Amino acid sequence: MISIAEAFAQAKGEGRAAIIPYLTAGYPSPESYLQIAKNLLRHADMMEVGIPFSDPLGDGPTIQKAGEKALQNGMNFAKTLSLIRELRQETDKPLLVMTYINPVISVGPQDFFGALAKAGVNGVILPDLPPDQDAALVSEARSTGLDTVFLIAPTSNDERIRTVTSYTSGFIYLVSVTGVTGARRRLPDLSGLVAAIRRVSDLPVAIGFGVSSAETAAQAARQADGVVVGSALLKEIARGGDPEALLEEIATAAKVR
Amino acid sequence: MNLPNYPTPDAKGRFGKYGGRYVPETLIPALQQLTKTYEALKKDEGFLSELEYYLRHYAGRPSPLYFAANLSKLWGGAKVYLKREDLNHTGAHKINNTLGQALIAKRMGKKRVIAETGAGQHGVSVATAAALFGLQAVIYMGAEDVRRQALNVFRMKLLGAEVRTVDSGTKTLKDATNEAIRDWVTNVKDTFYILGSVVGPHPYPMMVRDLQSVIGKEIAAQLQEAEGKSRPDTIIACVGGGSNAIGAFAEFAYLPPQQRPRLIGVEAGGEGLHTGRHAASIGAGKKGVLHGSFMYLLYDENGQIQPAHSVSAGLDYPGVGPEHSYFADEGIAEYHNVTDEEALQAFQLLSKAEGIIPALESAHAIAYAAKVVPEMPNNEIVVINLSGRGDKDVVEVMRLLGGEQND
Repeated sequence: MISIAEAFAQAKGEGRAAIIPYLTAGYPSPESYLQIAKNLLRHADMMEVGIPFSDPLGDGPTIQKAGEKALQNGMNFAKTLSLIRELRQETDKPLLVMTYINPVISVGPQDFFGALAKAGVNGVILPDLPPDQDAALVSEARSTGLDTVFLIAPTSNDERIRTVTSYTSGFIYLVSVTGVTGARRRLPDLSGLVAAIRRVSDLPVAIGFGVSSAETAAQAARQADGVVVGSALLKEIARGGDPEALLEEIATAAKVR
Repeated sequence: MNLPNYPTPDAKGRFGKYGGRYVPETLIPALQQLTKTYEALKKDEGFLSELEYYLRHYAGRPSPLYFAANLSKLWGGAKVYLKREDLNHTGAHKINNTLGQALIAKRMGKKRVIAETGAGQHGVSVATAAALFGLQAVIYMGAEDVRRQALNVFRMKLLGAEVRTVDSGTKTLKDATNEAIRDWVTNVKDTFYILGSVVGPHPYPMMVRDLQSVIGKEIAAQLQEAEGKSRPDTIIACVGGGSNAIGAFAEFAYLPPQQRPRLIGVEAGGEGLHTGRHAASIGAGKKGVLHGSFMYLLYDENGQIQPAHSVSAGLDYPGVGPEHSYFADEGIAEYHNVTDEEALQAFQLLSKAEGIIPALESAHAIAYAAKVVPEMPNNEIVVINLSGRGDKDVVEVMRLLGGEQND
């Protein structure tokens, strides 16, 4: 199994940003999800697996709708774990789980993180948990061997950047815009924020929220070490398009050297 | 006037273990800024006198503490007083909070305010304050509630607010709140979020409590005048998110236990706790996180939030404020619930006994009082917080009673 750090190092060695697709587990159906995920992994350095939550307040309409559909399909923690185990059979690339804090609380942090680690997950992303809210929970995740990826936003000041990075391992997730997840036509200049992060942390920085095309991917890849793409892929799935082709295009654009 | 300095929350926004700030990182600096501004405004004489001016001359405070002689006689127990929040401008306690937050927004130079609303009471109240202070208001309301509360939608529009229909999830208050938070995440630089209850991320549960605490302070002063004592033996209030109850309780909750009145919060039991169709977060919930706060919450074995149910849209929320969660654990207040049916009976009882049509929310407090006040000694005093008036509910109640009132 490749670690998150190794995956970033490899991409860097090849002169490109790491490609990190996000899919909601169980969308559009558990079977199609697995197939699409396997296809996307060919062009990815690691992958985010979203466990759907009823009230995803950090997500825009695309991921909301995918989550609602997955929940209607009966997706839950146990079923997500079995999808993850199947993915793990197929790939040695890092897998990260993204979900909200309440599903973690409902299972119990120790059991939740333990089960993820056992299923072959490398890291967790919890968008509604500023890490200083629950340092003990972060430690529990770490103690099971998971990396804890936290978010920095355009509104983050130096104090927040210092606090958040001190709890972060694997990579830093830089939110490109003030807003929720979703495709955008262009990305803002993030060089100031990236520089502020680099001053206090050696961790790789991946840019997410709004990467939707070769153009936005190239923009993100020039500024950071990784590119997260989620809503654009789910939109492609929803309209019966070809998410693999889109990710391939994005991966090509992310070759910066 | 003064805003209070109660011993909770701590510097991290915790009431015991409850509360906190479980929101996207994007909002953390804004919440820190709001906390700082609020702490400064609490000591700002200009702000405080402006707030007092509008509470008095615009909202109509102080609201009466009315001795309900007929109800007292009917129940034959303790002397019953009603705190008449229903007589405030816009018909409920909500205005205490919205005037305060709108004034804070103005002080922070924000021209745009957003809010969530369930039945529309908070939305109307925000639209009112926005009209008064010349702010642009956007109100998020679930599609289901827009359909059920057409009159309040029209009121908000009449007051100049934009009402945005929310089609996600259960299409009710919790989804409207999600959408308001998403708007805030997106427009945080120029937008102030006027949250309607003692829920959400710190400092909201504290700030809303402080702004509502005028209810309990007036109870103390008015009771002193009427009965020569500043503390009732019991206070009863309905609890959804819990802002009217906190408003009535806060002034007494942190007194030493032997001086503290019995504080009773009444949750919506809906069709009964055993049916799963209720809104009793303390009565039947577990500890969890929604909308930024750790609190008692209704959710299933996978952590998915369960839709709440109540005949009263204002109590139809799956969580309860972190301070109530703390009071429940510490035994500072006790929490019970009554069913839709019992609330409907109390709605009619108060109308006939005192000529006061209560909000269906407040009818829950009356319904629980009907069970316990008859057992209380005659020399005791109970205050029921009548959080709102029932005009908004008469059409729904008429439908539910199937026209039997016409017989």
